[in-house]
Amino acid sequence: MTESATLLILILLTSLGAAPVIFALPESAARLRTAINLTMATIKVALVGWLALEVGQGARHGLSFAILPGLEFRLQADPLAILFIALSAVLWLITTIYSVGYLERGPHRARFFGFFSLCVGATVGVALAGNLFTFLVFYELLTLATYPLVIHRGTAEALRAGRIYLIYTLAGGLVLLLGTLGLWVLAGTTDFVAGGIMADVAAAQPLAAQALFVVLILALGVKAALVPLHRWLPIAMVAPAPVSALLHAVAVVKAGAFGIIRVVFEVFGIETVRELGLTMPLAALAAVTILYGSVRAMTQDDIKKRLAYSTVSQVSYITLGVALAGPVAAVGALAHLIHQGLMKITMFMAAGNLAEALGVKRVSQMDGVGRALPGTMLAFSLAALAMIGLPPLAGFVSKWYLAQGGLAVGQDWVIPLLLGSSLLNALYFLPMLHRAWFRDAPEAEAPRPRIGWMLAAPPLVTAALVLAAGLMANAPFSPLEWTRFIVELEYRE
Amino acid sequence: MTGPDWLTLSIILPLFGAVAAFILPRAAAGLGLTTVAATTLCVLMMADQVAALGAVTVPLGGWGAPLGIELRADGLSVAMLALTGMVGLLVSVSAIDAFAGDRTARQRQYFWPLWLLLLSGLNGVYLGTDLFNLYVMIEIIALAAVGLTVLGGTREALRAGLDYVYASILGALLFLLGVGLIYLQLGRLDFAGVIAAPPSAAMTAALAVMFVGLALKTALFPLHVWLPAAHANAAAPASALLSGLVVKGALYIVLRLAGYMPALTEDILTLIGLMGAGAVIWGGIQALRAERLKLLVAWSTVAQIGLIFVALARAGERGLSDSWKAAALLILAHGIAKAAMFLAAGRIKDEIGHDRIRDLDRSPIRPTLAQVTFALAAISLIGLPPSLGFIGKWQLMEGAMMAGYWHWVAITMIGTLFSVAYFSRVLAGFLRFDRVRGGPLAEHHGWSGADAAPLILASAAVLLGLAAGPIIAFIDLGAGGAMP
Repeated sequence: MTESATLLILILLTSLGAAPVIFALPESAARLRTAINLTMATIKVALVGWLALEVGQGARHGLSFAILPGLEFRLQADPLAILFIALSAVLWLITTIYSVGYLERGPHRARFFGFFSLCVGATVGVALAGNLFTFLVFYELLTLATYPLVIHRGTAEALRAGRIYLIYTLAGGLVLLLGTLGLWVLAGTTDFVAGGIMADVAAAQPLAAQALFVVLILALGVKAALVPLHRWLPIAMVAPAPVSALLHAVAVVKAGAFGIIRVVFEVFGIETVRELGLTMPLAALAAVTILYGSVRAMTQDDIKKRLAYSTVSQVSYITLGVALAGPVAAVGALAHLIHQGLMKITMFMAAGNLAEALGVKRVSQMDGVGRALPGTMLAFSLAALAMIGLPPLAGFVSKWYLAQGGLAVGQDWVIPLLLGSSLLNALYFLPMLHRAWFRDAPEAEAPRPRIGWMLAAPPLVTAALVLAAGLMANAPFSPLEWTRFIVELEYRE
Repeated sequence: MTGPDWLTLSIILPLFGAVAAFILPRAAAGLGLTTVAATTLCVLMMADQVAALGAVTVPLGGWGAPLGIELRADGLSVAMLALTGMVGLLVSVSAIDAFAGDRTARQRQYFWPLWLLLLSGLNGVYLGTDLFNLYVMIEIIALAAVGLTVLGGTREALRAGLDYVYASILGALLFLLGVGLIYLQLGRLDFAGVIAAPPSAAMTAALAVMFVGLALKTALFPLHVWLPAAHANAAAPASALLSGLVVKGALYIVLRLAGYMPALTEDILTLIGLMGAGAVIWGGIQALRAERLKLLVAWSTVAQIGLIFVALARAGERGLSDSWKAAALLILAHGIAKAAMFLAAGRIKDEIGHDRIRDLDRSPIRPTLAQVTFALAAISLIGLPPSLGFIGKWQLMEGAMMAGYWHWVAITMIGTLFSVAYFSRVLAGFLRFDRVRGGPLAEHHGWSGADAAPLILASAAVLLGLAAGPIIAFIDLGAGGAMP
């Protein structure tokens, strides 16, 4: 079967190729830089849409060449990859608009947008990687490209956060290198294949296979913020709001979660993981993370830190759904990859607006902000309700499938877990909404703040997507439908 | 053999160039650059021949081995020659800029003859097939390298140069002693004769003495003490040549001889690996403590050389058939990346006016391109994908895992962590801005044409990883007859 590579290369080039140009532009060429950024982001969305259509019809897109004898650098556009690039392409367009507004007249914009583009490129690479080796290449690139964004403000505090971020993620990357090598030595290939490549090895050397699984999950768990490897995430909150939005909704944590999906489904194969007796420990780890993140979120006064702990908790829904090892739960997990991204990016952009327009950075300062910034807070509220899991919003859909999936495989404890987590979500989100809408702002109100459309519109758009993903969950090309398509493929093997 | 003799030319050309540049100091830069370019062209033609024929042998003066001297080019030697040519050419380009102006007139006058002499010596080592010949060549290299070390003329440079002279002489004498012992045993010194020699205690002793001499020259822990000061105090282009190319000469001989050693037992390999491991750890610790940028880079060379020996040592039961390739890749990767890094460090020092790591982020001047170059070179030296250093490390660890040598895997990972730690000391400062006093921040200040050459080198170090397959296939050319 012939594979077409042009589309994949173009999609990578829209961001990796744009980065050097943006770096080279002088700081003052703001209009040109914005034009390049937005053009490239728009082209990327169009290309990804085209690719999705073709892949939906069964076309194969791929590209590979040998790095070492037998070891290939390989890109391939399977439906799972499409899910992740579609998310990143759309959210990146929106975040780019937001960043242009957010960083208006700020320093070092050339550097910021350059690394921003590299991040998109790395995320696309992570999505398209056709084997674990290629995944590793882009996974490390992602670490390197996000580091300058984390420490963008250049303060001592930012540097400290950056150092912790780097220690965690590079150590994780090193462990991933070890795991990739181990896979290569044990299985003789690192390809992602539906149904996995480890079945024979697991039968012959179960202990080695188990060790390899643990190593890989540990490595990916750093970025996916599984407890106790999550500590970098709240600390990295010193980054500017668009970066936090990107780290949490799309790039970094999702790269980790996406890697876990790949490893479980396409490296080991879900059946093999179950035979090795590793699904339950993974599910348990995810469950602990879900509860721990929520509990810690309740005590955070800093808005972004509360959101960060909420991310720790919510991203683990994905791992949980994967570990439950049933098709319905898998649908929930994959749908949550998208849904959580939409919800969390909305909240972070809203939080950024609060800080920009009102100087509000703490939950205790949120009294009456709903009246000052109604649009922003509307979006925030919608996303918060979706997080809690209120029907018919996006978060409800993924929780519903997770619960169904748990029941389907006889893991009834998932129901109380999800209910408990929803309760905790409500406990830390509802007080924020209460303050925003039902309390009066403190006296000495400054003149009504203004924020430009570039800051105001993006959260509203993503909030609308949250609503749409829930209401139209059964429409063709909705995240849920696409997810079903993927799971059919994975479980058919 | 048809066409011109590229092998001899690539040794003779720089030798004549050195003499010419010495006689005509005013034209030295032009002569030097032309000579290096022409020599590199010879190497390319030679690469073409080797790709077609596998290996090329030239008997000098019509006398073949064992009586006369033979030159031989196979994949590995051409790879080393190409490394020397590529790095040398780009370092030459930046040397024109670095030694421009009146203040450095004296340095300019001596730099070119010394560097061309060095080039001739290095090329001679890579093409030599006879131990005495190699001895002569490493003496030429040492002579030129010491000259380059003290070129700056500062007190520190002179003192470091003196230590380097002692180390060099001692190393060369040990090597010569080994050569003498082998001659007594065999009555011949060509590689073919050494391979054919039956293993004996005397041969082992001779090779061991030679190894110690070479270890001294390539600064393998614990014989590295002369290196950091020598490399850190030289002028930037000289540092780049010393760290990127000179230590590779002796390293290459080790690599060649390792294939010939008759009694290379597991114990000896483990000992070599332990010395490498010591270098990785001690070099890492010292790089973490270094206060000056160039000293940090120099200590990282000590650590990286150690890693190359670990790569050799992980050979295991399957012999050196595979591990020498990992070592060769690491040598190429380090040569390119370290030269780029020293040039970048020199540029940073020139722009900011000092290279104290603590205070680099206090300067409102940010030589952006040099910093990017430094970062790219660091990516390859740390061994992050897709760089050439990463592929080398991958091969090292893969082989170690296959053979079940988890301790070498652990050492490699520890070395990686160290390098992340010491390079991020520098890299974080590039992005820090809250300590700048006075004057607005001119982020794009400090670009110049001189940044181009190091940037090309650093980019090559990162991107060549994607071409690792062809590179390994090339290194393997003609190795069948010479490598066990």
